[in-house]
Amino acid sequence: MIEVDGVTHRYGDRTVLRSVSVTLTEQRVGVIGANGSGKSTFARLLNGLVLPTTGSVTVDGLSTRGRSGAEVRRSVGFVFTDPDAQILMPTVAEDVAFGLRGLPPSSVASRVAEALSSFGLDGHADHPAHLLSGGQKQLLALCSVLVTEPKVLVCDEPTTLLDLRNTRRILALLADLPQRVVLVTHDLDAVLAMDRVLVFDEGRIVFDGVPAAAVDFYVDLASR
Amino acid sequence: MLTGAYVPGRSVVHRAPAGAKLAVLAVACTALVFARTPLWVGVAGAVVVALYVLARVGRRAAWGQLRPLRWLVVVLMVIQVLVADLPTAVTLTARLVLAVALAALVTLTTRTTDLMAALERGLRPFRRLGVDPARVSLLMSLALRSVPVVAGIAGRIREARWARGRERSVRAFAVPLVVGVLRHADAMGEALQARGLDD
Repeated sequence: MIEVDGVTHRYGDRTVLRSVSVTLTEQRVGVIGANGSGKSTFARLLNGLVLPTTGSVTVDGLSTRGRSGAEVRRSVGFVFTDPDAQILMPTVAEDVAFGLRGLPPSSVASRVAEALSSFGLDGHADHPAHLLSGGQKQLLALCSVLVTEPKVLVCDEPTTLLDLRNTRRILALLADLPQRVVLVTHDLDAVLAMDRVLVFDEGRIVFDGVPAAAVDFYVDLASR
Repeated sequence: MLTGAYVPGRSVVHRAPAGAKLAVLAVACTALVFARTPLWVGVAGAVVVALYVLARVGRRAAWGQLRPLRWLVVVLMVIQVLVADLPTAVTLTARLVLAVALAALVTLTTRTTDLMAALERGLRPFRRLGVDPARVSLLMSLALRSVPVVAGIAGRIREARWARGRERSVRAFAVPLVVGVLRHADAMGEALQARGLDD
């Protein structure tokens, strides 16, 4: 369970989240809203990348603040919009192995091979990551996060830079995951498959409910 | 020439331990300093070519590593011909090219992780002086990963500059490049944190 309690967040003088409180228990949660509405900051709160200025965030009872923050980051994987910012190692296999540092080399090798195979990247293990296509890079980013077996996956607009085919591929992969997924997106079709959708506007949750009603609300809000 | 250009293979050169390759590279580069005659440089050249053949990395990959040197080679040759003579110019320039070719061969036949592990082992004695070998090797890996990213940022800015008719403006290139690189560094820091590096 993810609990966001009375969270306000400021970047300097700019308040990006205002008294946000929500409890997430669903397997699939969608987050939509205009640019600058606070969606991405909300997503970053969930694994402690951003700490609230006031209020608290807990994941399965662990606070993102203090000593338990590291444990939260291990249990909440994060996928960024731009995979180039997320891929940290020069080659595909090395990037997947990055999250497994500290494990015995034989175990790392087998888990990397297994992960690459399940994402259709096994033929690219030794390829430089920067030579992959945009879709393959996002697959690699996803693969590198999931190889550590997080309990929750937070995705911040993972399909924004992708074409239709790769968007569908990533969404299909996300749909099949056993993990809880929080998907921040501008893709209104994608949120229709969620269990619950939050609509953000000017740092507040202005709608929280079933997907179809949330999309209708957001479309109405955007046309005002 | 470390640009993360590993070419997978199973040759003897590929299978040699990374630490040994780095040690041989250091010895070979030192030896090249003492190869002052065209004959010895020729012998060194033959050895380097033989190593490339043995490694079976392919001409394209090898050229890809040496190509950035081409203008430097021309400039160096011209200067040496002007201040010395042709044999000296050829010898000196060839030594530089051979040293770079050897370093490139290590890059082409060794995974970055193996290189970094060797570097980490090599830096262990410096722990007493406060050096963290794991951090240094991670820093090197991140630097390698950043080379193509920064090149991509520079390419996009160059295109934007052309598209807006400001192709000669140094400011229109330098300012967005610095901003882009700083943004990338920021994003990379966030990604490191998200992937548990601060733990």
